[in-house]
Amino acid sequence: MTTTATANPPAGRSTRSPGGRAPRRRRQFLGKNPIGLLLSAPYLIFVIAVFAYPLVFAVYMAFHDYFFAAPGAQVDRPFVGLANFQEVFSDPAVIRSFGNVGIFLLINVPLTVVLSLVLATALNKAVRARTFLRVAYYVPYVTASVAVVGVWLFLFSGSGLVNQLLGPLAPKPSWLISPTWAMPTIALFVTWKQLGFYILLYLAALQSVSKELYEAASTDGAGAVRSFFSVTIPGVRPATVLVLLLSTVTGANLFTEPYLLTGGGGPNGASTSPVLLMYQKGIEQGHPGTASAIGIALVIGVLIIAFVQRKLAGGDES
Amino acid sequence: MHSKGLTRRILAVTAASATVVLALGACASGGTSGGDAATARGPITIWYSNNSSEIAWGKQMVTAWNADHPDEKVKAQEIPAGKSSEEVIGAAITAGNAPCLIYNTAPVAVPQFEKQGGLVDLSSFKDGASYIEDRTGENATQYQNADGKYFQMPWKSNPVMIFYNKDIFTKAGLDAENPSLASYDEFLATARTLVSSGAVKNAIFPSPTSEFYQSWFDFYPLYAAESGGTQLVEDGKATFDDADGVKVAEFWKTLYTEGLSSKEKYSSDAFADGVSAMSIVGPWAIPVYKDKVNWAAVPVPTSAGTTADKTFTFSDAKNVGMYTACKNQATAWDVLKFSTSKAQDGQLLELTGQMPMRANLPTEYPDYFAANPAYLQFGDQASRTVEVPSVSNSVEVWQDFRNAYSKSVIFGEGDVKTSLAGAAEKINQLVGTK
Repeated sequence: MTTTATANPPAGRSTRSPGGRAPRRRRQFLGKNPIGLLLSAPYLIFVIAVFAYPLVFAVYMAFHDYFFAAPGAQVDRPFVGLANFQEVFSDPAVIRSFGNVGIFLLINVPLTVVLSLVLATALNKAVRARTFLRVAYYVPYVTASVAVVGVWLFLFSGSGLVNQLLGPLAPKPSWLISPTWAMPTIALFVTWKQLGFYILLYLAALQSVSKELYEAASTDGAGAVRSFFSVTIPGVRPATVLVLLLSTVTGANLFTEPYLLTGGGGPNGASTSPVLLMYQKGIEQGHPGTASAIGIALVIGVLIIAFVQRKLAGGDES
Repeated sequence: MHSKGLTRRILAVTAASATVVLALGACASGGTSGGDAATARGPITIWYSNNSSEIAWGKQMVTAWNADHPDEKVKAQEIPAGKSSEEVIGAAITAGNAPCLIYNTAPVAVPQFEKQGGLVDLSSFKDGASYIEDRTGENATQYQNADGKYFQMPWKSNPVMIFYNKDIFTKAGLDAENPSLASYDEFLATARTLVSSGAVKNAIFPSPTSEFYQSWFDFYPLYAAESGGTQLVEDGKATFDDADGVKVAEFWKTLYTEGLSSKEKYSSDAFADGVSAMSIVGPWAIPVYKDKVNWAAVPVPTSAGTTADKTFTFSDAKNVGMYTACKNQATAWDVLKFSTSKAQDGQLLELTGQMPMRANLPTEYPDYFAANPAYLQFGDQASRTVEVPSVSNSVEVWQDFRNAYSKSVIFGEGDVKTSLAGAAEKINQLVGTK
């Protein structure tokens, strides 16, 4: 007697294949490696909590007569349409602050790109004291603004070192209380302070420029200057786009320097930045709706500048 | 297909993350104070300032209270660090975690805290208004809101006066014991001598920066004195665009124009460093300058040289606020009364040198003022002080005033009278807006 093996599965076991509908749907939704989602979730939560949620909330505030209130307090925060934007753009102080930050960016951004690229190239070739020089450029970046501002006050005050060196050529009124010179002085300060960071970006980018290209250029008779323009600059273009974007974004968020260096945006608002006004209106004066309207306008302005920069300097990089 | 899958995954993680964020947000915005908090008793928390003398006062006050109230213990801590106490308090109100009492509530911020629903109306306690008025006297009305209610307990003032460096005066050939500083003409002549003699670089050095509160230490004390005790805004109207305001502004403008005061900020204390011969400060500065400057003080000047016993000044007060997040408000009110009792006010005077806001201060604490004569003129001055007006949009009012003052007085752009009139017009609109 022979027995025949049955092909039937044991009772109670699923008749579905491992690639059944439910796991397929789960995989479609969560991907092949759901653990990857788990690992990326903390950063996404951070982005949502720290950037996305406040941005959406700022848009909400900009369209309401909003103010911060105690939990449970019965307060009226009516929808006001574009009233906050109308108020903001009919305020000469706000218009001036955007003009001020425009002047700042016009000085700071090109200066940052040119100086950091030139210095990074020089540092890349420096044989002696390379580490010392890198650290020297980086120190201002990691030093607290409050501490560095003290040094600049000493340098650029009426009786400061700069004016003593300039003698009769020193501007009157002096740098930080001159409506003409206050913003350029701040732009110079920020350029100097941030330079170390951008030099590091360019140094990293320079490592990826092939030495063969320099050798080829040299064979074709190119000197150091020609090589710089024909090899180095195109070679670090992605880094240049990054430096342009970062210096524009950080520059548009200018706050600490006018707050500390020119005593709250002086003289007469000549160095007031939009973010300083946002702080005054939103935090000090309790009008976060108006402050948000300034913030939204600033974000839109920065996005437009960034788009133009990317179009002009980005080339084929995506 | 691949990008669709990716989008779905991103959506999944975003949705999950958003849920977590919103859940956290919901947790953070909970915790409203109970409806019977006004009559509840139990442990409470208080915050006080972070300077060493006020910490010493706060600690002994809490120890004295806790010794007799084991079921209503007070837990005290310094105000958490921030750009300013007002910002920290504002954030605590919004978060619903403000303590019961804060012994460092700036009068200028009170209208905003009240609007936020963060402050308890002290007049709602049965003996609230009467206690405040009995203790503080006539000056108490300056701390009422537009409806006559008290959302702050007037606590201590630092009436500002002109501190001068006797050594620099002597070096300039001036009489350091009886300086000629009462009238504007005398003050300007003295200032010119101080600078032209080479004894000092600046006669007086109020901060020329743009922060809203800086006018409390240049224009406002002199305006209070010149006008005989008028606030910046009274009965819903700006007052400073009158003849008195213009006189004060022109006085300061002269100091800036002639280079007797600096238009540039000084990053440290110009008076302590000998960079200026005079300063406008209150009695809190006495221990600060004790070993650094050979100082004396006189009242702020007026155009007519008003005598000391009739001169008003800015109070530079800090008050106590009771916050709506407090769950045991009956205990908080009792602690507030205990901490502003005659005995505790005496301790405050003794430990901090700041003036409790009590009527007839010199006669209430004769022993203290006999033992500390340097404080006597401040004790006397405390009865003639002017507070910032308790009006809506208070901080914005001061910022608008500062902007106009900075432009026409410090940097000399345009006409002072027109500038003050422009600021007054703006401020009239602001105080009429809720």
